[in-house]
Amino acid sequence: MKIAVASGKGGTGKTTVAVNLAVVLSDRGSVELLDCDVEAPNAHLFLDPTIERQADVALPVPVVDDQKCTGCGLCVEVCEFNAIGSIGKGVLVFPELCHGCGACWKLCPEDAITPGQRQVGTVGSGHARSVAFHHGWLRVGEALSPPVVRAVKALATGADFTILDAPPGTSCPVVETVRGADTVLLVTEPTPFGLHDLELAADMAQALGLAAAVAINKVGIGDGAVEEFCASRSLPVVLRLPYERRIAEAYSRGELIAESVPELRADFERLADYLLEHARR
Amino acid sequence: MKIIVTASDGDVNAQVDPRFARAKVFILYDTETDRWEALDNSQNLNAAFGAGVQAGTTVVNSGAKAVLTGNCGPRAFATLSAASIEVYTGVSGTVAEAIEKFKRGELKPTNSANVDAHFGMGI
Repeated sequence: MKIAVASGKGGTGKTTVAVNLAVVLSDRGSVELLDCDVEAPNAHLFLDPTIERQADVALPVPVVDDQKCTGCGLCVEVCEFNAIGSIGKGVLVFPELCHGCGACWKLCPEDAITPGQRQVGTVGSGHARSVAFHHGWLRVGEALSPPVVRAVKALATGADFTILDAPPGTSCPVVETVRGADTVLLVTEPTPFGLHDLELAADMAQALGLAAAVAINKVGIGDGAVEEFCASRSLPVVLRLPYERRIAEAYSRGELIAESVPELRADFERLADYLLEHARR
Repeated sequence: MKIIVTASDGDVNAQVDPRFARAKVFILYDTETDRWEALDNSQNLNAAFGAGVQAGTTVVNSGAKAVLTGNCGPRAFATLSAASIEVYTGVSGTVAEAIEKFKRGELKPTNSANVDAHFGMGI
């Protein structure tokens, strides 16, 4: 079962939910956690994994043989991202703009373009307790996250439970992370900001055809609008975490709140029950 | 020779657009025939990435050998200079005035970009 943990608004508690759910589910089957927030991975701060393997993630980018290039400009025309410019007698490639689609080297009539590589990030794999752990890091200065997200997802080996910790928001790296999940958990906070971004995230899940459920974190700090929204959209609220200082303190120490605040364990167990029930249907 | 002047509108009496890649219009002027035409550049106005490359390609394909503009970013400059097209930054006033200054030899070409990428998105 693939469970993506996303949000909308950042800082709502995606990683908190993801890592605690991972540990609770590890009593019920094999678990792998994929930290797909490659721009700012943080799951490792709570699970403290031993990383056993690392690999570079490379994107194929065009390399032009200036001897063979006739300056016909076909590659310039087909490039969706303006990564190739026309300079009259030939072309100029800007690899940092390239998304690696391959159209240029496939279509060049002179076979003047071959795929080279540029490094966009790294991935790492290991274990934390009995949870298989994978994460990715976008190279500093790089703009293109989705290839690194795809590389992290490719490390999954098909455990009983695959938990994907998504980046915040609803843009390309998030879509890349949640695509193909059996359920997406949308973590929010009961405030106007939380609600605004939850609506965007719910729309995204709907557009992608994903089953969604909501986790409300920091219950007590705002108003009831998020609960009303969930009811109006038939979005089940499957977890409610209270706004309490001791939870924040445990979090700030990099601890798993289901262990440091034992009453919370039952809430995560109920969430696990819901997910298993949902899968059986 | 043909030159391109960035413009805020499709007329030689319009102000020079201070952006190159995200300029609204390119005025293509021929110094030999004294004729001009307006080239629409609106597809670049909101381009997230690659506006400079695309604008550079437009200039190359127009046959122009010089660009007169306010500011030019790094990828635009790289494309234009690889194509041996001279870039004149810091140009202001109307397009017609800029053309006159160019013909009198009062403008000096630059040898680097003078702004960072995405400069033109803030305007």
